[in-house]
Amino acid sequence: MKKILLIPVLLSALVFFTLYAFKDISALGGPKPDADNVGLKLPEGFGALKVADIGAKARHIVVTPQGTIYIKLARVKDEKGIIVLKENSDGRAQITGGFGNYGGTGIYMKDGYLYASSNKEVFRYKLNDKNEVIDPNNPEIIVKGLKMGRQHETKSIVLDNDGNLYVNIGVPSNSCQVQDRGLRSPGIPGCPLLDSAAGIWQFKKDKLNQSYSEGVRYATGLRNVVGLDWNQQNNQLYVMQHGRDNLNSSWPEIYDTKESAELPAECLYALKKGDNAGWPFMYYDGLQHKKIVAPEYGGDKKKEADPKYLDPVVAYPAHMAPNGLLFYTGNMFPEKYKNGAFIAFHGSWNRAPEPQKGFFVVFQPFKNGKPSGDWEIFADNFAGTPEKASMNKADHRPCGLAQGADGSLYVTDDAKGTIYRIVYNKK
Amino acid sequence: MKRVLMILLILTTGGIKLSAQTKGKKAPAAKPKVVTGAVMANGKKIYGQYCLACHMADGAGVPNMNPPLTKTSYVLGDKTRLINVILNGLATGEEIDGETYTNIMPPHNFLKDQEIADVLSFVRNSFGNKAGGISVAEVKAIRAKNTKK
Ligand code: HEC
Repeated sequence: MKKILLIPVLLSALVFFTLYAFKDISALGGPKPDADNVGLKLPEGFGALKVADIGAKARHIVVTPQGTIYIKLARVKDEKGIIVLKENSDGRAQITGGFGNYGGTGIYMKDGYLYASSNKEVFRYKLNDKNEVIDPNNPEIIVKGLKMGRQHETKSIVLDNDGNLYVNIGVPSNSCQVQDRGLRSPGIPGCPLLDSAAGIWQFKKDKLNQSYSEGVRYATGLRNVVGLDWNQQNNQLYVMQHGRDNLNSSWPEIYDTKESAELPAECLYALKKGDNAGWPFMYYDGLQHKKIVAPEYGGDKKKEADPKYLDPVVAYPAHMAPNGLLFYTGNMFPEKYKNGAFIAFHGSWNRAPEPQKGFFVVFQPFKNGKPSGDWEIFADNFAGTPEKASMNKADHRPCGLAQGADGSLYVTDDAKGTIYRIVYNKK
Repeated sequence: MKRVLMILLILTTGGIKLSAQTKGKKAPAAKPKVVTGAVMANGKKIYGQYCLACHMADGAGVPNMNPPLTKTSYVLGDKTRLINVILNGLATGEEIDGETYTNIMPPHNFLKDQEIADVLSFVRNSFGNKAGGISVAEVKAIRAKNTKK
C-alpha cells in the first residue's frame, strides 16, 4: 500500500521540480544561450547564442521588434548588399532574402524607414507596419555624390529626433601628408581634404538627392568614424574616431615602435554642431591625457595643440578600431548597463611588432548622461584564443551592434559573418 | 660583430656585382641567385624597420587592408614589377591574387639599392617563399630606367 502511493507522489514531485527548474527560462520566454556561449567570454549571468552564420562580411545591423534582421554587407554577395533574416522563437534566424546591390557599412531604422549607405550614397526604403521593406528595388536616394577614397571609405549613418541624418565621411589619408604614410612626409598646409571629408555631415532625412551643397559639415577634424550613435538621454551625437596610424614608420626619430603602438588614443566624442576634433593637426595622447601637435605639423610628441580643439569624453587604447557604438536603453540587462555605451572594437593591426589589441566588445558606464567609471571588456574572445587576437588570425571580428526588442545585444562579425545575440539570464 | 657583418656585406655585394658583370647582360636569370646569411640578416632588419608595420612580422598582411607577402604573384613573379613596388609604392587598389586592399603602399625610394636588394631577397626567402635573390645591380638598373623617363 505504502509503496503504491509512493510512485505517483515521486512522479508528481519530479514533474514539479522539472517544471520549476525551467520556470526562469519559460517565464522569460526568450531564447536560451548556447552551451559554449558561441565561444565568447561574458560577465556572470550573461550568455550568448548564435543567431546565424551568414558567411559574408557583416557590418552594421538593424533588428526589428518583429524579429526581422537587416545586415549591411561590406561587399555585395550574389547581388545583395543587405541580407534579411527572420528569427524563430528559439532565437535562430534564417536568411529569407536580400536586396540593395551595393556594398557598404551603414544601416539604421527610424520612423517607418530603413536607411542604408553605400560608400557614396545614402538610400532609404519605406517599411510596412511589420517593419518589412515594401519595395526593395526602388529605394529613395537621400544623399549622393559623397567622396570615397580607398581608405576610410565607409559611410556610417544615424538619425536624430528632429528629422536629420548624420553621415560620416572618412578621409582617404592617414595624416594629410604630402605622401600618404610616407617616411618623414610633412602635412599639407591647412589640409584641403577637410572641405569634403574627415567629418560628420548633416542632411535632411526626407529630402531627396542631397549632396555636399545641401548638407552641413556638422563636425570636422575626425579622421574616420565607423561606430556612432544618437544618445537619447542627452539628445546628442556620439562618435568613436579611428585614430591615426604609422607614428613610428613615418617618424622613426620621434616615436619608437612601442610609443607608436600606444599612441594615439581611440576617442569617444560627444559632438555639437561646429565642433573640431583636430585631425590632422593634432592627436589625443591617452597616456599624457593631452592634445598633442601631430609630427606632420611640427609636433615632437610633447608640444601641446591649440586648446580650441575638442576634448574626447573617453580615451581608449590605441588602434583597436571601434566599429560599433550603441547606447543601451533596454530592460533585460542589470541596471548598471542602462544608458551606458557598448563599443565593438574590431581589433588592431597598427601595433606591430607589439601584440595586437581589441577583438572584443567594451562596456562604458554612463551616469546622468556622462561617462562614469572605468570601461570594462564585456564580450571577449571573438578571435578564438588570445594567440589569435590579430587581424590575420582572428576567427571573428566584432563590428556592428544592435539592441533587440527584449533588450538583448546583437553583435555582427565581418570576418566570417557570425551573428551573436547576448542575453542576460540571471534573475 | 657589427664589423664582421659589414665585411660580409661588402663581400657579398662585391660578389654579386662581380657575378653580374662576368655573366654579362645576355645571361638568362635561370639560375636563382644564392641568398647569403648576411643578406638575410640585413634584409630582416630593413623589413622590421620599414615593412613590418603594414605587412606584419609573419608577412601575412592585414585582411582587406595590407596584402600578404606569402607566395604572392608580386613577390615570386617578375622582378622588375617587384622592385618597382618598392621604389614607387603601390596605390592602384587592383586585385592582388583575387583580393583588394584599401591601404596604400608609400614609395620606398629613399632606401639604398643595397637595402632594397636585401629586403626583397629576404622577403623572397621568408614566410614560406623560396625564390632567387635580387641583386644590387638589378635594383640600380631599374631605378636608373625610372629616373630617365
Ligand atoms: C603603410 C603600409 C605599408 C608599408 C610600410 C609597406 N607596404 Fe607593401 N603594400 C602595402 C599595401 C597597402 C599594398 C597594396 C597596395 C594596393 O593594392 O594598391 C602593398 C603592396 C606590396 C607588394 C605587392 C603586393 C604583394 O602582396 O605582393 C609588395 C611586394 C610589398 N608591398 C612589399 C613591401 C615591402 C618589402 C615593404 C618594406 C620595404 C613594404 N611593402 C612596406 C602597404 C605597405
